[in-house]
Amino acid sequence: MNSMMVTLLWNATKETLYMVGVSVVIAELLGLPIGVLLVVTDKDQILENTILNKILSFIVNIGRSIPFIILMVAIIPFTRWVVGTSIGTSAAIVPLIVAAIPFVARVVESSLKEVDPGVIEAAEAMGASPWQIIYKVLLPEALPGLVLGFTLTAVNLVGYSAMAGTIGGGGLGDLAIRYGYQRFRGDVMFYTVIILVLMVQLIQMLGDWVAKRVAHK
Amino acid sequence: MIILKDLHKTYAGERVVHALRGIDLQIPAGKIFGIIGQSGAGKSTLIRCINGLEKPDQGEVIFNGINISQLSPKELRKTRKKIGMIFQHFNLLSSRTVFDNVAFPLEIAGMTKEKIQHKVRELLELVGLGDKEKAYPHQLSGGQKQRVGIARALANEPQLLLCDEATSALDPETTTSILQLLRRINEEMGLTIVLITHEMPVIQEICDDVAVIEDGKIKEYGPVIDVFTKPQASATKRLLGGSIESQIPAELLQQINGQTDKERIFAKLSFVGSSAHEPIISSLLKNYDVTVNILFGKIDQMKSVPFGMLLVEMRGEAQRLNEALLFIREHDVEMEVFMNE
Repeated sequence: MNSMMVTLLWNATKETLYMVGVSVVIAELLGLPIGVLLVVTDKDQILENTILNKILSFIVNIGRSIPFIILMVAIIPFTRWVVGTSIGTSAAIVPLIVAAIPFVARVVESSLKEVDPGVIEAAEAMGASPWQIIYKVLLPEALPGLVLGFTLTAVNLVGYSAMAGTIGGGGLGDLAIRYGYQRFRGDVMFYTVIILVLMVQLIQMLGDWVAKRVAHK
Repeated sequence: MIILKDLHKTYAGERVVHALRGIDLQIPAGKIFGIIGQSGAGKSTLIRCINGLEKPDQGEVIFNGINISQLSPKELRKTRKKIGMIFQHFNLLSSRTVFDNVAFPLEIAGMTKEKIQHKVRELLELVGLGDKEKAYPHQLSGGQKQRVGIARALANEPQLLLCDEATSALDPETTTSILQLLRRINEEMGLTIVLITHEMPVIQEICDDVAVIEDGKIKEYGPVIDVFTKPQASATKRLLGGSIESQIPAELLQQINGQTDKERIFAKLSFVGSSAHEPIISSLLKNYDVTVNILFGKIDQMKSVPFGMLLVEMRGEAQRLNEALLFIREHDVEMEVFMNE
């Protein structure tokens, strides 16, 4: 492996980490409240509101049903409006976030639904307000699941980020396509795949470890 | 303290369930009030109406003069802080330590850190878990979990404690220790306790008053000793079934039947309270020259009131037998003499 290839791989790895890192954090911040809303407005929940719940659910489903590669191109005007350009690594972050928000919302929703309804009832019986139930009961009780959901989102975004090359986003996936596929560089393809596999393994291991640390069951 | 007026509650759904069909009940302050019924009788819905976890379709719940069903959400939360509740499955927060679980209602009430520290320690001492404050719920036994539940329920110094099948998930020994703790709290703090259960022994062990619920209606209520020794409603009799006033075995009754004559009688004697302490049988033997043969008997205790039932065969001269029966009646013993059919 020559130094040029090392540089190529290293830069691509940094780009992938940057895209995934920034987008997972922002998507989580924006998706979490939506997931919480999906749960608390559901039937028989603390802030039951069937209409809001249906609308939210509908929007989330739309987001989930558009293939990422199409979403990325379709929202180019929005991307340009947000980051000023539609090309490059930073521009790739916008569609990654947009695609991950509904995913995060659903993952958060399913984690929160795992919380024992009896515990919520107990909190209500003690006079807790809906807001107190959300941040003192729902979120802490669901924390292990939320951590695993965060991990799942990060792993998914590693996959999505491979498509960022379409809009010049760079990263490992883009490198694998341009060098490994289009220029018949089997070695580049091989190394990128190795790095991607290692990256996903590491993210998953870290996620599992943290989830275990915060679980008291 | 609590007045329930004509409560109705129906759950719509594929199968419509009439959980409550007109409940009228008054629960006095300072007592341990038991509501017993089989599963599906509506007791769970009933206890949840008291702290507004369930809203009745019709009727009123008055707690210390406050109409629970008419409170705004904010007022309801304020009132709930004065009503503690414990649950069959404890419902502790698994993410919090024992200390933090007990601290939870105090945080909700906005108490300062130092005060919480002090109060939680005091509560954990009270329930006998002073050494477990750093443990997580999953490290505790069922009985210990319920003790945490009790400490948590008492944190805001409630006037009323609701117990939702609080001992149904516990083994008999642990049940006894939890019931003793509840009784102690009732006596020392003057706290009113309302408990629902399907277990006769729970009522028998700690309740002052009992209400029997079936099909969403109260069939009978009053002091435990009265309701259980002289059950009126068929629902009560069914619940009592094999437990306290256990029916005399049918075989025995068949044997007795037809054997009564002037010098030989069979009688069922029921003792309650002080009369259970008196040596009535030995007095009979000494003073009336009759022989007494005990065919069947059961002696038990309800809260602190002893009671018992004996099936006896008495033989002697007709005159002496009559005098003996009179003597028994004078001693506040309920007697049922078996006659020839």
